[in-house]
Amino acid sequence: MTKILVVDDSNSIRDMVSFTLKSAGYETVEARDGQEGLSKAQSGSFDLVISDVNMPNMDGITLCGELRKLVSFKFTPILMLTTESSGDMKLRGKAAGATGWLVKPFNPEKLLATIKRVIR
Amino acid sequence: MESSLLNLEQGDDETINSIFRAAHSIKGGAGTFGFNQVTEFTHLVETLLDEMRDGRRAIEQNDIELLLDSVDCMRLLIESIRDEVDCDLTKINETSDLLTISLNKGKEAEEVQASSEQSSANDQQQANSGQSIWHIEFIPDHHLVQTGNDPLLLFNALADLGELVVEANCKDLPAVTDIDAEELYISWQLTLTSSSTEEDIKEVFEWVEDECKLNITQESASSSDATPAQEPTEPDDSSNDVTPSVEAAPTPAPTVASAPPPPLEPVPEEIQTAKSQNKNVEAKATTKAKAEVGSIRVGVDKVDSLINLVGELVITQSMLSELGNDFDITKVERLTSGLEQLLQNTKELQESVMRIRMLPISFAFNRFPRLIHDLSKKTGKEIELILKGEQTELDKTVMEQIGDPLVHLVRNAVDHGIEPAEVRVANGKPEKGTIVLDAYHQGGNIVIEISDDGGGINRQAVFNKALEKGLVDEKTQLTDSQVFDLIFEAGFSTAVEVSDISGRGVGMDVVKKNIQSLGGRIQVESEPGKGSKFKVNLPLTLAILDGQLVKVGTETYIVPLITIVESLQAKPELINRVSGDMLLYRLREDNVPVIPIYKLFDISAENEQVDNALLVVVEADGQKVGLMVDDLLAQQQVVIKSLKDNYQQVEGVSGATILGDGSVAMILDVPGMITMAMKNASQAQLHKRTPILEGVTS
Repeated sequence: MTKILVVDDSNSIRDMVSFTLKSAGYETVEARDGQEGLSKAQSGSFDLVISDVNMPNMDGITLCGELRKLVSFKFTPILMLTTESSGDMKLRGKAAGATGWLVKPFNPEKLLATIKRVIR
Repeated sequence: MESSLLNLEQGDDETINSIFRAAHSIKGGAGTFGFNQVTEFTHLVETLLDEMRDGRRAIEQNDIELLLDSVDCMRLLIESIRDEVDCDLTKINETSDLLTISLNKGKEAEEVQASSEQSSANDQQQANSGQSIWHIEFIPDHHLVQTGNDPLLLFNALADLGELVVEANCKDLPAVTDIDAEELYISWQLTLTSSSTEEDIKEVFEWVEDECKLNITQESASSSDATPAQEPTEPDDSSNDVTPSVEAAPTPAPTVASAPPPPLEPVPEEIQTAKSQNKNVEAKATTKAKAEVGSIRVGVDKVDSLINLVGELVITQSMLSELGNDFDITKVERLTSGLEQLLQNTKELQESVMRIRMLPISFAFNRFPRLIHDLSKKTGKEIELILKGEQTELDKTVMEQIGDPLVHLVRNAVDHGIEPAEVRVANGKPEKGTIVLDAYHQGGNIVIEISDDGGGINRQAVFNKALEKGLVDEKTQLTDSQVFDLIFEAGFSTAVEVSDISGRGVGMDVVKKNIQSLGGRIQVESEPGKGSKFKVNLPLTLAILDGQLVKVGTETYIVPLITIVESLQAKPELINRVSGDMLLYRLREDNVPVIPIYKLFDISAENEQVDNALLVVVEADGQKVGLMVDDLLAQQQVVIKSLKDNYQQVEGVSGATILGDGSVAMILDVPGMITMAMKNASQAQLHKRTPILEGVTS
């Protein structure tokens, strides 16, 4: 089963993403910030990581950079959840190795359609 | 967020960041659930914060005020959504106007953003008719796959838009030995027949647009104005060496995507999603409203400890029942130890269940920083608030009801307690006043202290006021604490002038009443020039009471332990008969009225003589009385059963409980009993001897 790591400091967003993914048959693991996300990532393998950018402890960009350093995450798609669709943010994400970004707010259908672009 | 904003006055980066994150989360959450009002509003706030974060805008006091107002607005908005009512938009609009004005001062991106949105909308309108054929040239950078993108999946996404033909170009493929498995060498030529716009196609490639060369052209002539997203490909490396892709790909092998029939009407889809989003919102709102009613958040550790205890209880139970199967007298010892264990288990279980209802008092405290902030702005006094013991736990019900009295006490401390800065400096005190909120456990109670370093209570002013109101007469000698207790009388205010914070004379009596209805007490300590301290003593829970069992005749009564000052045997020489039935007992320097319980409840007692009788001295409303009882029994925790629910309210009794032997015992309502006794006693004599009682009972 496709396993997805969802990292966001907002409970509601995390629940929402997780719920949407689960109802589409994906398996999800949740983390509250980059730090937790990283340690969860290290303890398992995932087919996709969806992470918020603005988070306490470790932000999404840093998380992304850290993940890319891990052998098992070298090719794993990493999507950033952002509210700001500014080019600056995207560039920073890209530089850290992010696969793409999802602009909040999104609706469940859109989310599922979008992640199909990066996972089988 | 609010608390961080208050911290912002010192203004360091981390605080701004955490505020920004909070605003950001609110916006994100609101957007996801379709609360557009909230989103729009929060966006303004966020933009402002963003500027602060990037140092483009200095943090000024009025900005902070504005942000605090915004927080109120957001709360209002969210509440209105939860309750499914329309809220008053005027304040929100005002604040958002202010926000906009404040933003425009900094002349920021706002406009640019709006215009870019418009233009993209125009684009979409332009190309929204009919099917067209798109030629897409996709030449990815070698490291594309290293960011986790996979061309195959991109093509699948394209195929969802319409009919797609994929041709791979392997011209750049190096010799097998030179291939780096982590690199991508192929480029593709795609032909898409679809009703989609260029925007839609670009969106698919959105994430890779910086890592590839992308050239999108429309076959029909009309598309000439559609400029590609990135610089167009150099002409030399296209077309010639085109092989069907399946045959020769070392990296993810793209198959020719067989395309489903193109979606005929892309527009209704949008409407549908919008609808379902609305549904989501509605569903969410109703569940939220329902959850609001009587739900409680419990830490997992508490639940775990409960489960553990239940496990142990089951073990003990099975041990006991096994013992009971073939019991003989030799096993008594095991039975006793088993029962002891059961007792232990039950006690722990009881405590754990009680802990579920316990919340840290920070829930009640966390509104005060804001309150102090607002009040100090209003009064122009600089005040520092210190919170202590925020982790002290307290029953949820008690917590909910103690909030308002606490707010009142704090308001009082600000308004009456802390002097204006000039006065403070003149008295050699620091300019900034300090208010301390402290909470701690003491025995089975929680004590909340509100202390200020202000002027203290003016004893003379209180006394004069009391004279004026006819609560005391001139000759009365009162101790300090008795004088201070006067401020809890109805209609009492010593504030020279009534301000809009406090001083209208309603309040302290209500505070006291509220605290008493929770089974608590309030005490005042004050020292002129140094400040005053209000001490609120509350039971930890309303469901269980620490009680002293006393016997009167054949009845057992329970006196709440919190009210008991001491128990003693009355010495005949210290008893004064006042008049009629009234008895006073001289307890050190106090005269304590004696209330024989048997008389009050009209039952018979073993000992009806006051000489050498057992007296339980209890205190309520700052008034001590001695309850005359036959015998003192055990102290134990009793579970309070409401008489009102099961029978009817009985004067002098606050509730009942069931004792270990199955009998029912009444829990005495000490303040109520005092009132009863006073009614029965001779009014004239009472007035002369203990004038303060008049105030308490009337």
